[in-house]
Amino acid sequence: MKAPFSWINEYVKIDDITPKQYAHAMTMSGSKVESIETQGENIIGVVTGKILKIERHPNADKLVVCQVDIGDEVLQIITGADNMKEGDFVAVATDGSTLPGGKIKKGKLRGVESCGMMCSEDELGLQQERAEGIMVWQTETPLGVDIKSYLGLNETIVEFEITSNRPDCLSIIGLARETAATFAREFAVKTPVVSEKNDNIENYIKVRVENEKLCPRYSCRAVKNIKIEHSPEWMQKRLEGCGIRPINNIVDITNYVMLEYGQPMHAFDLRMIGGKEIIVRTATEGEPMKTLDEQEHLLDGNMLVIADCSKPIAIAGVMGGENSEIQNDTTTVIFESANFNGESVRSAAKKLGMRTESSARFEKGLDAHNTVAAVNRACELICELGAGEVVDGMIDVCAPFEPERKIPLNVEKINSFLGTNIEKEFIISSLESLGFTVENNLIAVPSFRGDVEGEADIAEEVARIYGYDKIPSSLNTGETTLGGKNDKQSAEDLVKTTLTSLGFYEIITYSLINPKMFDKMRIEKMGYIELLNPLGKELSILRTQALGSALEVLSTNYNRRVDGASLFELATTYQKGGDDGLAIEKQQVIIAMYGNEVDFYDIKGATEQLFDAFGIANYKTQQHADPVFHDGQTAIISVKNQQAAVLGRIHPTVQKNFEIGADCYAAVIDFDMLLKFKDLDIKFKHLPKYPAVTRDIAITVSNEISVGQIEEVFNKFKSGIVEKYNLFDVYQGEQIEKGKKSVAYALTLRSADKTLKDEEVNKVLDAILKELKRKFSAEQRL
Amino acid sequence: MDALACITSKQQLESFRVEFLGKKGRLTQVLRGMGSVSPEQRPIIGQLANDIRLFIEEQMDTLLLQLEANELEVKLLQEKIDVTMPGKRQRIGKKHPLTTVLDELVDIFIGMGFTIAEGPEVELDYYNFEALNLPKGHPARDTQDTFYISDNVLLRTQTSPVQIRVMEKKKPPIKIIAPGRVYRSDTVDATHSPLFHQIEGLVVDKGITMADLKGTLEILCKKLYGNDTKVRFRPHHFPFTEPSCELDILCPSCNGSGCRVCKSEGWIEILGAGMVHPRVLERCGINPEIYSGFAFGIGLERITMRRYGIYDLRLFFENDLRFLQQF
Repeated sequence: MKAPFSWINEYVKIDDITPKQYAHAMTMSGSKVESIETQGENIIGVVTGKILKIERHPNADKLVVCQVDIGDEVLQIITGADNMKEGDFVAVATDGSTLPGGKIKKGKLRGVESCGMMCSEDELGLQQERAEGIMVWQTETPLGVDIKSYLGLNETIVEFEITSNRPDCLSIIGLARETAATFAREFAVKTPVVSEKNDNIENYIKVRVENEKLCPRYSCRAVKNIKIEHSPEWMQKRLEGCGIRPINNIVDITNYVMLEYGQPMHAFDLRMIGGKEIIVRTATEGEPMKTLDEQEHLLDGNMLVIADCSKPIAIAGVMGGENSEIQNDTTTVIFESANFNGESVRSAAKKLGMRTESSARFEKGLDAHNTVAAVNRACELICELGAGEVVDGMIDVCAPFEPERKIPLNVEKINSFLGTNIEKEFIISSLESLGFTVENNLIAVPSFRGDVEGEADIAEEVARIYGYDKIPSSLNTGETTLGGKNDKQSAEDLVKTTLTSLGFYEIITYSLINPKMFDKMRIEKMGYIELLNPLGKELSILRTQALGSALEVLSTNYNRRVDGASLFELATTYQKGGDDGLAIEKQQVIIAMYGNEVDFYDIKGATEQLFDAFGIANYKTQQHADPVFHDGQTAIISVKNQQAAVLGRIHPTVQKNFEIGADCYAAVIDFDMLLKFKDLDIKFKHLPKYPAVTRDIAITVSNEISVGQIEEVFNKFKSGIVEKYNLFDVYQGEQIEKGKKSVAYALTLRSADKTLKDEEVNKVLDAILKELKRKFSAEQRL
Repeated sequence: MDALACITSKQQLESFRVEFLGKKGRLTQVLRGMGSVSPEQRPIIGQLANDIRLFIEEQMDTLLLQLEANELEVKLLQEKIDVTMPGKRQRIGKKHPLTTVLDELVDIFIGMGFTIAEGPEVELDYYNFEALNLPKGHPARDTQDTFYISDNVLLRTQTSPVQIRVMEKKKPPIKIIAPGRVYRSDTVDATHSPLFHQIEGLVVDKGITMADLKGTLEILCKKLYGNDTKVRFRPHHFPFTEPSCELDILCPSCNGSGCRVCKSEGWIEILGAGMVHPRVLERCGINPEIYSGFAFGIGLERITMRRYGIYDLRLFFENDLRFLQQF
């Protein structure tokens, strides 16, 4: 809400306060000031001038050369505008002058000198939208006068951020009341005075409200013998200051009253109200309607309309119809000042996609008491402007008001809630300055404060006038509690510290994905949750797996020519089928990488080390098939026969679909499994007392036999004196029979209670070799 | 002595030793020839020869030490390397900047006795809105453009529903923070994202006051931005707290005089907070006549951007390695 300083000053004297002080104090009492703008601040060196002569530009069809008198000299100025004629008055930005858009300098345009610029309204910052041509006027004007003083650009405009609970502050009067309370100053609203003629509104119009719930009050007055013209300069300036475009005296009055009283108004041309009756009713399904902005709408049965005997003439609280708009020859108008149900206006405005100044106010819930004062104020302005004759009487169809709300005043409770020690007198005076009345320890809430319902609201009113900054600071007086993380949260930390220490960077990706992701990954589309109102296809479903997001990140990095990337994410996935129609939300650890010399065993090593970090030792790795992964380079890791991870090289087709030109590797680890099988109970083991013996053994086996199978044999002996084994070579080629490979291990053997003798070692090695031979026909290489 | 002085290597020293002290060495010869010396002379000559031997040995030891020192010096010189060549580094990764800042926040709150609560991202309308005093048709719903999954299921627009879920299950004292993802249907640009992170906080107990809210959040700001940080609490409106406030810190780049960082306001908004609305407590079965509490919500991206001077929200979710490596 934009508010001119001078307008607020009419209700509460603030002209001795600097805008900066004002902004600070208002912000601290709850009306946040977004900006303060002093009009004409950025206009320097622009003066009034008169066009003496207009000639064609010798070298350009669309330009003209003007001689402009600015009092003490005549300037030659070139312009592309065509809305001026000789003798017109204009605003001239001279050489070296400043406009909101920048500095103006002398220069040549197509070879002809131009000593300045004739300005348009938007170039002077007087309006937002682009003007059609330059600003011209014909009224005799002294030349060479600073345009700021000529246009009276000296207003300070304060822009407030008004929260949704305070529609009463979407008005000058509401803001003035807050101002008065903030600065503890006098504040008064005069009752509008309307001089009436001897006619009667009953002779002009009837009103019937069919839906009292959606329209609790409908007040209106008639004005006759109207002469449509521009509203006076001062009114136009205030409207413009508030960001509203002046139209004509009648429309401007309705807007002026809306800004001043916070009560949206509408003016109908009486000629267009068929049957001379206003009917407030809901629209019929599919009823057509063309609004003031020339948009065609099809209404639905929930929308409230203002209609005559045959057709809707306005969408209640949103916008008037084109069919009853004020015309240049309008002579009699009906001023509507009504109260509409906020929710109904909000949903109509939303459905029709037209949020207006009016609907923005109604939707927050307005005070039904305000309609009469507002319509009277409009009539008062009619008289002041001499714009017409106000017809006697008012039609006021009004449902019973909500009873006045009373809240007990409990000073002690307010103070114990705030942690303060505020005096009762201060509390009462603060509340009174905001329009509350206090009698017999009962607070009566004014009708315009629908947001104040209970003691907590009262505490806030007191606190903000008292000053939040004056409330002391303390630390919870309540019971002492033990802070900390639970098992799952600590496990999350463990994932992150482990993987970062292994060289992986953590990524965070969107959980909303493109449904095309399924095809790109060659996986089945199923079990996913779709948004009803996505921003677009790209982010329209929730991911059921997080590997795709990581591949996208690899792709981003690859295509930005990042040499290599090793990444991980602890990501949430979402499956249909949770309780109450919610999702099953599960976490996955995704590890993904590409780069020089990266291969399957890198991703496997990282995954194994993560399992190690969780103290999970007895997992099993097997060859696996998965459509996302390479057919021959994929493994599944299971713990106690439960799948815990899938890892491997990404399938070349998938890689291509993600536009990654390097081989990538990834692991998808079920976080729940890490959590379930984690064993972080550490028990110290004595250091060995006796020396170890190391022996290398090399065997040849068929290519088909995996290292994992061989190691299963070693594992059988591990409970004995085999302490550990280390694969150090796998070889195929010369000296090895085709279809076979040589596999070499370094075995460490140790006994806990003696130094091992050769024969003891040999006995075990023989047993191992025998077993390998029995199972895999393995031959020892000597 | 002259011969000793000419020695420059261990090898020469060894030859010298052999020449004088060896089995056939000159001094050894003298001692061997003792038989031919008269008995009176024997002790004198023997003493003399022994003294000479001891002297030579002593000199040789000194010389040896010196020679070894010289040799080591030469060796060290030969082993000289270019220390300006790059060091061998182990590969280590880093946490995402959002995680780093979140960890810091979590530590601060754990230190103050908070635990961490969690709730679903796919949430019921009831928890996200209704239980927080935002019934259907409430105008404040419009400020949080919501992704819906069905009429009453949505992607949570705030972490506040976790407050409700915690209060429904647990009786006071309650002291939790709830970090997590939230969603709003905002088109992606430098300052908007359909997905971002919030940290919700909730304290409920007997006798909790607005002064406690101020004290707790002031500590947070001081820990986060330094002890000299100036903060202000400004009235605001949230449907589920009353009184409500926003907390600003004095703009560190201009010290309050107004600049581009603070959009010439002099202050930078950090978080929203307030005393839990009595109706919210009531709805969760907590008697507002006995208990009171405060709640707050912090935008993680905003705080992280401020911390590192990041100007574009999109960088967080692009995960360009050259971005991630900086934190």
